[in-house]
Amino acid sequence: MSYSLPEKFEEFADARKAGFLRVKDLKDQGKKVAGVFCTFTPHEILEAAGFTAVSLCGMSPETIPDAEAHLPKNLCPLIKSSYGFAVSDKCPYTYFSDLIVGETTCDGKKKMYELLNRIKPTYILHLPQGHDSDPLTVWTAELRRFIKYLEDHFDVTITDEMLREAARKRNLERQTNLKLMAMQRQDPPPMSGLQMYQALEGSGFVFTHEERVAKIEDLIRTIEETADPEANRGCKRIMVTGCPIGGVLQKTVGAIEACGGVVVCHENCSGIKAAFQMVDTEAEDIVKAIAERYLKIGCSVLTPNSERMKLIPELVKEFKIDGIVEVDLQTCTPYCVESFQIRELAEELGVPYMSVETDYSQSDSGQLSTRIEAFMEML
Amino acid sequence: MKYFIGIDIGSTCAKTIVMDESKQILHRLLQPTGWSSIDTAQAIREKLEELGIDFAEAAVVATGYGRISVPYADKTVTEITCHGLGACYVHGSKNLAVIDIGGQDTKLILVESGMVKDFIMNDKCSAGTGRFLEVMANTLGVRPDELCNLASHGGGTSISSMCTVFAESEVISLIGRGEKKENIAFAVVDSIVKKVGSQASRLAVRGDVCLTGGLCEFPYLRDSLSRHLGKEVHTNPDGRYAGAIGAALSAMKIRK
Repeated sequence: MSYSLPEKFEEFADARKAGFLRVKDLKDQGKKVAGVFCTFTPHEILEAAGFTAVSLCGMSPETIPDAEAHLPKNLCPLIKSSYGFAVSDKCPYTYFSDLIVGETTCDGKKKMYELLNRIKPTYILHLPQGHDSDPLTVWTAELRRFIKYLEDHFDVTITDEMLREAARKRNLERQTNLKLMAMQRQDPPPMSGLQMYQALEGSGFVFTHEERVAKIEDLIRTIEETADPEANRGCKRIMVTGCPIGGVLQKTVGAIEACGGVVVCHENCSGIKAAFQMVDTEAEDIVKAIAERYLKIGCSVLTPNSERMKLIPELVKEFKIDGIVEVDLQTCTPYCVESFQIRELAEELGVPYMSVETDYSQSDSGQLSTRIEAFMEML
Repeated sequence: MKYFIGIDIGSTCAKTIVMDESKQILHRLLQPTGWSSIDTAQAIREKLEELGIDFAEAAVVATGYGRISVPYADKTVTEITCHGLGACYVHGSKNLAVIDIGGQDTKLILVESGMVKDFIMNDKCSAGTGRFLEVMANTLGVRPDELCNLASHGGGTSISSMCTVFAESEVISLIGRGEKKENIAFAVVDSIVKKVGSQASRLAVRGDVCLTGGLCEFPYLRDSLSRHLGKEVHTNPDGRYAGAIGAALSAMKIRK
C-alpha cells in the first residue's frame, strides 16, 4: 500500500520534505505510527502492538498562528505549536499517525486532545492525579483498557511475553541514555548541555530500538575519545528543571552556556526525569510493573509531586550543582505554581535558584539573557 | 591603570562614571540614550577625551541594555550586578535591598555582604517601570516629575489595569469623566508602587531598602513606596548613577 503526501508538500523546506518521505517510507513498508506527547505514554505497549512511536510535541513558533484560529492566545506555546502542526499538515509524524495517544496530564493538553481527535483518532489514557489514593490500581486498569483497545482496533494480539520483551528493550535504551547523562557528573563536564539535550531529543525521532541505542552509544564513544577534557574547566554547573524546553532551548540553555555555565543536568522531560526508572521485567504481572514504572515520573501535574522533591536533592549532590534554573512555559499553571516549592527546596539545599517564564517567541530574549547573565554573575 | 570607567546605557538615559583607584568619583556624565546606543557610546568617549581621560590608562566596563554597543569596553557586566554594587557604594552598606525603577524594567536586588544574593526582574511587560510613568505623564500633558508633584496633592482614584496600554485608556476615560489631574496622577503613582510592592513581596527583603535609577529623584514616589512597604526607602543624589558606579567598581577587577 502507498500513502499520499499532503497537498502543500512542494512548498515545504528540504528538511521537512525529507521528514515526510522518511515516515511515508515507514508506512509504505506496512508499519503503524503512533504520535505521542508525553513521558507518561506507555511505550512498551505501543511497541508490543507493532507501533513506531514518535513525539508530536511542537517546538517551533511557526504554527502558533494556525493554532490560534481555534485555541486561545493565552495558552501554553507547546500545546499551540503541536496543535498548529496538526491542523496545518506541516508535521510528518502527525500527518502519518495511525493513532495519537494522549494522557490526562495538564488541562490545556486534555482539552486540546478533544480537538485533535477531529483530525486524527486520539486515544486518551486517564492518568491518576497523585500518589495518595491507590493510583497503581487505576493506572494498571487504564493500561489494560489501552491494550484491549489496540487489540480490538488494529487486529493485533499483545501477549505478556511481548510486553516483557518491549520492556527489556526500553530499559536498555533508558540505561544507555542514563550512561550519556551520567558523563556530565565528571568535573569538568565533557560536553555542553545543548549537545546532550539535542542527542536525547533526536533519539525520539529515530525509528528503531537498535538504531536508538547505537546512536547514543556512538556519541558516548566519540565523547570519550575526542572531547577535550579541559574544555569546560571552571564552568558553573547548572541544573535545568521545569517544563519541556525543546522550543526554548537556545534562549535558555544556549544563554546559560554563552556566559560561563554548562547545563550538566536536565531534570525535565527529555532528561533524567523520564529515564531513571526501569520496568521490573521479571514481575509476575508485567502490566502492573509497567504502570508502576510510569507513576514514578515526577511531573507537576501530580499532586503532591513528591517524586520531584526527592529527585532534585539527589541530583544536586550527584552532579555537584552550583545553580538551579527553572524554565517554565508561559501559562503552565502546574509548573509555575510548583516553582514556589522548588525555590524553597533550593534555599534548603543552599543552591542559588532562578525561575524564568517564557514562550516560543524571541520578543523576551534580551531580557531573558540579561537575567540569566546576572544569575551566572551571582554564582 | 589611572581611570576606571563605568558606562550604563539604559533604555532612556546613558550614565557614565569615572573613578580613580581610590574609588573617588572624578566625573559624572548624563545624556539621553537616543535611538542609537553605538552613537551614544561614541559621544561618551569623545566627551571623556575632552575631559582629558586617556583611554590607554583606563579600564572600561559597560552595563545596561545597550552594554553590547560599547565597542571600546573591556568587559560587560549586567545591570543587576552593577546596581547591586553601586547601591552598596552609594549607601555605604553591604546588606541592602535595592529597588531600581528603570526605563523599561524594574529590578529588585538583594545584596548580602556586598554580593548579589537574589533578584527579581519584570519580564517583557512595562507595568511598574519608568516607561509606564512617562506614558501616563504624556497623556496628562505634564513631565514625569510634575506628575509626581501633582500626585502628592491627589487621592481617592485608582487605576486597575497593570498593562500600560490598558492603563492609558483608563487614564483617558478618567480625563473624559472630568477627574482632577491630581487624582489621576495619584492613581498612576499608586499603581506603580503597588506593582513594585507585589514584586518585592516575592523576595525576602532584609536590610535597608534603597531606591536607585532615574525615579529616585522623585520624593513623592519614594515616600509612597516607603508607606506601601512599611519600611523607609532610602535615596541618594547619586542613586541614578548606581549602575554606572557599579560598572566602574567592576572595572577595578580588570587586569590589562
